[in-house]
Amino acid sequence: MDAFQNLGFWRTLLVTVVLSALPLVFILLYALVTIYLEMKVAAHVQDRLAYMRTGWHGVLQPIADFIKLLQKEDIISVAADRKLFILAPYIVFMGTYGAYAAIPFSSIFIGAQIDLGAFFIVAISSLVVVGILMAGWASNNKWSIFGAVRSVAQMVSYEIPTVLAILVGVMITGSLNLQEVTKFQAGGIQDWVIFGGPLPLLQKLLITPFTVITFLILFVASLAEVNRTPFDLPEAESELVQGFFTEYSGMRWALFYVAEYANMFLVSAVAVAYFLGGWGSPFGETLSGPVLGFFWFVLKGMVLVFLQIWLRWTLPRLRVDQLMYTAWKVLVPFLFVCIVAIGLILVL
Amino acid sequence: MSAARIYFNNIWLALSTIAIGMRITFKHLFVRNVTTQYPDVKRKMPERARNRLYVNMDDCIGCDQCAMACPVDCITIETIKSTPDVDLGTTSTGQKKRLYVPVFDIDIAKCCYCGLCVPPCPTDCIVMTDVYEFSEFDRHNLIYNFSVMTQQDVDVARGKLKKAEEEAAAKKAAAAAAAAAAKAAAAQAPPPQAAPPAPSAGAPPQPPAPPAADSPDQAGKPS
Repeated sequence: MDAFQNLGFWRTLLVTVVLSALPLVFILLYALVTIYLEMKVAAHVQDRLAYMRTGWHGVLQPIADFIKLLQKEDIISVAADRKLFILAPYIVFMGTYGAYAAIPFSSIFIGAQIDLGAFFIVAISSLVVVGILMAGWASNNKWSIFGAVRSVAQMVSYEIPTVLAILVGVMITGSLNLQEVTKFQAGGIQDWVIFGGPLPLLQKLLITPFTVITFLILFVASLAEVNRTPFDLPEAESELVQGFFTEYSGMRWALFYVAEYANMFLVSAVAVAYFLGGWGSPFGETLSGPVLGFFWFVLKGMVLVFLQIWLRWTLPRLRVDQLMYTAWKVLVPFLFVCIVAIGLILVL
Repeated sequence: MSAARIYFNNIWLALSTIAIGMRITFKHLFVRNVTTQYPDVKRKMPERARNRLYVNMDDCIGCDQCAMACPVDCITIETIKSTPDVDLGTTSTGQKKRLYVPVFDIDIAKCCYCGLCVPPCPTDCIVMTDVYEFSEFDRHNLIYNFSVMTQQDVDVARGKLKKAEEEAAAKKAAAAAAAAAAKAAAAQAPPPQAAPPAPSAGAPPQPPAPPAADSPDQAGKPS
């Protein structure tokens, strides 16, 4: 905000609004691309073709879908709790979008330079849980409430491995500010935290197995955080129709959908910032710069998003007890071991 | 196995099987897909596929056998006898055509695609093709008229037949009259004892004899 000091109140406000709308533009474009990618990956995994008729290989289909959703009837069932029902999608989207404020897209672009960035992201994305419970409860529908309850149980449990895994990153990089974290790993691929960060060689060799495990756990836990397969119990289309947003239609439904996809990129972005060098080029100084930095950041994020999609079309859904087992008896103990080991190695 | 070994074994099993599954799905990303882009690309139907019926009217002799074989009565055939002076030609199988076919309708909406009409045809003129895209908005468009005769042709054919029949009837009447005259002449010689017997009292009157054919165009079969 230092740059805006001489602009006066109204101009500052204008600049702020424009700049805060940039991630929104990014999210919408990214959602179009990712929905297309998801459908294509889903189809080709099953030896099918997916969209073929709207534009070249159906590239315009997400846009057509979006236009269709815009003009769909907005249905609110009579028995629903009207106020909560209307409010829920906004809260879900707000929780997701708020977290984008602390995501460093490039060396020159980050929504807010918060020193508690990672903490802020974890805290504000918990708002999504509130929105989902709200949606499920307000729908007054058994499927929705089942979905919402499952979602809350799942997201609250998986918040713990997520936070612990981020804690490992914080221990190594020594910062919660994602911009600082990224600068810490600026030296290229060998300096990324997943490979031990810029430490002396001996420490690096000792620490690498633990950081790799931590990264894997962060990825698994973040899958559960965003309700993706194999942890898509809240939506579970074969059992719960569409879980907590069964009753939604039109633009409200689209808002949930966009929030879901935005969340996928969000968790990937956090993982990229802490473990894969953020916007830093994998070749150190070469090919780095603000614009290329944005490119690297999005590329790394999209690789993780692709991994999520790939996993979705490979794995079946877990049972609720298996889900809890995975969180509490596997991920958390492993992370405790990792934290202790990494702490000891860092003290060395 | 101890509990700890089971625990680690389970984790290892989960990770390794996920890796196997992901390898398989990744391979399938590059496998040639099996989709046929239907309206653009059409699969070839099997050789003996039974779809839309087609009648080659050049070969039809109006024998009505397909209509009789049809289990759902979706084929309607009407015929007109030709007079000896016209030559309707022969079919591609060498059979002589003796009947005009003014009506040959197939209601394809009723058709059950059993194919039973095809084998009886003596000239192989009714066949099942591999065309299967013939949806219509109006049901009446599904009644296919195969006859190639115009109304004028039909009138001409009818007129000719009528004339021929009248001539034949006149001839017959003349012949009958001549025969009756001859008979009467012969009957003149013996005494008139063979007068028609008087109708018995209780017998009902005889119904009039039915005409030889109800209408000329209903006389379906060839001799």
